[in-house]
Amino acid sequence: MKLQITVIPRAGILDPQGKAIASALGRLGYTAVHAVRAGKVFRVEIDAADRESAREAGAAMARTLLANPVIEDFEVEVVD
Amino acid sequence: MRFRVSVVVFPGSNCDRDALHAAEAVMGAEARFVWHQERDLARPDLVILPGGFSYGDYLRCGAMARFSPVMESVVAYAERGGAVLGICNGFQVLCEAGLLPGVLLQNAGLRFVCREVRIRVESTQTPFTAAVPRGTVLRMPVAHGDGNWNAAPEVLRDLEAHDQVVFRYVGAGGDRAPGATPNGSMDDVAGVRNRRGNVLGLMPHPERAAEAILGSEDGARLFASFVRSAAGAAA
Repeated sequence: MKLQITVIPRAGILDPQGKAIASALGRLGYTAVHAVRAGKVFRVEIDAADRESAREAGAAMARTLLANPVIEDFEVEVVD
Repeated sequence: MRFRVSVVVFPGSNCDRDALHAAEAVMGAEARFVWHQERDLARPDLVILPGGFSYGDYLRCGAMARFSPVMESVVAYAERGGAVLGICNGFQVLCEAGLLPGVLLQNAGLRFVCREVRIRVESTQTPFTAAVPRGTVLRMPVAHGDGNWNAAPEVLRDLEAHDQVVFRYVGAGGDRAPGATPNGSMDDVAGVRNRRGNVLGLMPHPERAAEAILGSEDGARLFASFVRSAAGAAA
């Protein structure tokens, strides 16, 4: 099974990279953009009995290693 | 009996030799390296997690190092009250491991910063500053891309209430000043300790400012303070 785990800086946490990208987009003429948050995406291939257990395993991985809960939120999707 | 210092070496550590040298030449300690896959810390009086780019800074700085075998021993050692000093990347590892509060984000200016800074001693409730008066300004270098210390506002309030902010960046006059903080750290925090005081992390490099030939001996004051506290505790 394949999981897609998205890790993104939490609202309210300073994201220097996202800020820099937002200002670059503004310079390129995308003046309607007012905020960007830059995160990471992980595609994980995993053996699992069913989608729910795959999703649970992904959430556990995100909590222990892939995300730092102090600054980041995560979402787990089973993609196929 | 001679004082024993163990310097942990991760793949990608690059200040490990500087830390070992400072332990031997400045602290007069018997110092050794402990590789990240070892579990035996060799009965140290102090463990140093040195600067560098452990595991290439993959994922987040310090995130991979946290799960190395040696860190299980370091966490257990710290929980028993053992002294741990994390410098730069070592500070990042201690935050990721949950031994110190907060997190080190990318520098606000997005650039790697390598320059001398001044930091002011804000707390003496740790052996590393017990013999350095509060308010003392120390000169030492920083060299990092991710030294922007942040925490939830209630965490910072709690740290302040318990005197756990040990160093703040200051300007030439010794006061907090615009431009003095090289990385955007919340409240100008340069180093914090745990509640008990046995674990300290800081972004600046005391081991690179511990002998006259290096341009500043201010870093040696932290090492001397630690030796004095340890000797006092043993007596």
